[in-house]
Amino acid sequence: MSLKRIDLLICCGSGCVSAGALKIKERFHEVLNEKGISNEINIIETGCMGPCDYGPVMVIYPEGIFYKAVTPEDVSEIVENHFIKGRPVQRLMLHDEEKTFAAQKDVPFYQKQVKVALENCGYIDPESLDEYIATGGYEALGTVLTTMTPQQAIDVIKESGLRGRGGGGFPTHAKWQMVHDAKSDEKYIICNGDEGDPGAFMDRSILEGDPHRILEGMMIAAYAIGATSGFFYIRAEYPLAIKRIKHAIEQAKAMGLMGESVFDSKFSFDAEVRTGAGAFVCGEETALIHSIEGMRGNPSPKPPYPSTSGLWGKPTVVNNVETFANVPSIFVKGAKWFASMGTELSKGTKVFALTGDIRNTGLVEVPMGITLRELIFDVGGGIIGGRKFKAVQLGGPSGGCLTIEHLDVGVDYESLKARGAMMGSGGVIVMNDQNCMVNIAKYFMDFCVDESCGKCSPCRIGLKQMYDILERIVHGYGKIGDIEELQRLGEAVSRLSLCGLGQSAPNPVLSTIRYFRDEYEAHIRDHSCSTKVCLALMHFDIDKDNCIGCSLCARKCPVNCITGSREEKYTIHQLDCVKCGNCQDVCPVKAVNRVPGMHPEEKTKRDTLKKQHPHED
Amino acid sequence: MKTLADLKKIREKAQEEMKFRGGNVRIKIVVGMGTSGIAMGAREVMKTFLEEISNRNLTDVLVTQTGEKGLSSMEPVVDVIEDGKAKITYGNMNPDKVKKVVVEHIVNGRTVSDYVVATGD
Amino acid sequence: MYKEICKKYSPDKDNLIYILHDIQDTHPQHYISEEAVEVIAEYLGVPANHIYGVITFYSMYSTSPRGRNIIRLCESPPCYIKGSENILRKMKIMLGVETGGTSKDGLFTLELCACLGVCGNAPVMMVNNDVYGDLTEDKVEEIVEKIRRGN
Repeated sequence: MSLKRIDLLICCGSGCVSAGALKIKERFHEVLNEKGISNEINIIETGCMGPCDYGPVMVIYPEGIFYKAVTPEDVSEIVENHFIKGRPVQRLMLHDEEKTFAAQKDVPFYQKQVKVALENCGYIDPESLDEYIATGGYEALGTVLTTMTPQQAIDVIKESGLRGRGGGGFPTHAKWQMVHDAKSDEKYIICNGDEGDPGAFMDRSILEGDPHRILEGMMIAAYAIGATSGFFYIRAEYPLAIKRIKHAIEQAKAMGLMGESVFDSKFSFDAEVRTGAGAFVCGEETALIHSIEGMRGNPSPKPPYPSTSGLWGKPTVVNNVETFANVPSIFVKGAKWFASMGTELSKGTKVFALTGDIRNTGLVEVPMGITLRELIFDVGGGIIGGRKFKAVQLGGPSGGCLTIEHLDVGVDYESLKARGAMMGSGGVIVMNDQNCMVNIAKYFMDFCVDESCGKCSPCRIGLKQMYDILERIVHGYGKIGDIEELQRLGEAVSRLSLCGLGQSAPNPVLSTIRYFRDEYEAHIRDHSCSTKVCLALMHFDIDKDNCIGCSLCARKCPVNCITGSREEKYTIHQLDCVKCGNCQDVCPVKAVNRVPGMHPEEKTKRDTLKKQHPHED
Repeated sequence: MKTLADLKKIREKAQEEMKFRGGNVRIKIVVGMGTSGIAMGAREVMKTFLEEISNRNLTDVLVTQTGEKGLSSMEPVVDVIEDGKAKITYGNMNPDKVKKVVVEHIVNGRTVSDYVVATGD
Repeated sequence: MYKEICKKYSPDKDNLIYILHDIQDTHPQHYISEEAVEVIAEYLGVPANHIYGVITFYSMYSTSPRGRNIIRLCESPPCYIKGSENILRKMKIMLGVETGGTSKDGLFTLELCACLGVCGNAPVMMVNNDVYGDLTEDKVEEIVEKIRRGN
């Protein structure tokens, strides 16, 4: 054995061999030859080193550093960083147990969270009433029924400052008070579980993970307003949530927590589950009520509000799932405790659903007023794949986009509204720099056009017009003045629509115009989409210097628009190209590139057509 | 169920049982069975746990379910809870990983560090 | 058979949505026929046009025959950002259908739908009542093959 700088001992026990140790060894030989340092390193095969769990494993002397679970892809990194630069690769090291596992309390994802509505989600068995009771369940209901008057219960909610978690942020106690004060032989309470916002799934998770909490919250509300029957309206897309809430109702009845004179009080209550059949607009309370009545889910003008004339014309309270989930905790831990969290006007915590290009997708619950930066980068772990943050869409299709300059804005009802976004139900869609904002706005508009119920013209016609303009822009037929037209239409639709869907549907477009106007202008004026997402405003191009003339792209092209030969390399005939991207996918040397901007040939063709048919747009 | 005192009795009994459901449960396995978990294969994970445990006649192991913890990107998520030890949360589970966890962790008491996503409550 | 389904529910107008769901789910081709509408109209004592109004309002109801398995691919922004378009393209090629179409063997109908609420695992689709997440082109191929074999 000649004297070498480094000894690399690769375990070739049977465990490691089955995990691919021999491939790793080959790969080391290859990379070391490439780098020209194979004479400095001794590669030694050893027998089993023991920790077969972590195979393939290896030890590197003189330092004695132990690497585990090495893949062929890791090899060049080890050679580059460890052998050449002398920096061992931390991520592959085998640590002892305490060091590898971050304890939950030390992980930023958990550190900034305060669980109220999600307190039991992921901790108890949702189908076991005993487990819910073990965590203190139904104590709030018992206390309210045996020691408080309905008015006192409403006062507690008032003191807590709880506001509607469905998005509007209407004070919960005010809704309850109105129905409490209304004179009627029958009053109803409805739980709105028609969570349709793209990117929101907090209601589903709570219904599936802690159904009794919602039931308890609903019963406290029913007692406060004087309702004896309640309805859970849950969208049909959530079969598991429907199943679990039904199960919870049966259990509560069997245990005597629901039905006649609960806790020996005068309060009797019965609840049933109703489902939708796929309509986003049914999340709007008047539409939801129509849907329960077995009709089309069209909203109706307000007033009259449901609090005076709701389900079957009776006074009705409609509260969102997450709103109910907060209620039991407020009675157990006190209104002061709840009001101590959050900001002056937005009390308590809010559940957010983090989705899109973010590392920790999922559900988080944080005190209101947390900054977007903390929410996205500390709790959410930042952008996936280390790309750049570009924008975040808050509040689904009724919300708006915020940008990098808003990262220090606190997340609460008022701050978001002031900047053209909205709390909504709590969906947070994070986008990296590869997203085209015009295209995203078009996507949201498409959703709203689909989901508009068609009852009122501003929403039915206005949104379609806006969608058509956006469609034109992304296909390269945008005209000067389109941006102003979108703004004009957007404001008209917001002002004139009957319900929240239409009133807020233009928000994504208006907010992207507000913060990304340059992208709209580039699409219209320069016929160029800088992110290369809009197919009409980009083109594929083969880099002749890199092309090796292998013909793979030409053979994979579905419209045969690529020609060439080994000698003269390959060229794309732009006018025939359908931009399927196959050529880019198959090119072994990455010589096919996406280039922003419409190809000049295409532009000329369109201009000629325009001259021939000047009146056609 | 008539009074708060009745509720308290049920609660105390349930807390006792929740700890370890009777006397002989040494270890509790909790599978996240919300829609996100199921969409990522939690049913298969649950099934494999039950099969492996009955094949090995492990009578002191309890398998139950829970809702979503909120770790969508790590579903299916499984908690392994032992009396007197920190809770271990495994993420991105699949039937093969389950088999390994049963052999290594449940039978031999060695945490399978590669699959751990968090520890503690 | 439609009559039997109706009789499971009291003849109240607010049961219409459940009767429609039930009829559609029990029909092997997952749709609501004209005949069914007539039966429901008679049972509930409401005009047929009211029932059509409800059927056409909600996206889950269909008045034309569909495949044995309904694939509903989410087309909402979070799924789009994560590449649902590629999944849709793959599906169309695999099943040989356009959006809304039924495969030749009558096994699958491919539909697009609004958010399914599993956005943490986008892109997502629902086949009948099962949700599948973190879809890749290979994964959908596997799922479809599995269902084909199961049939």
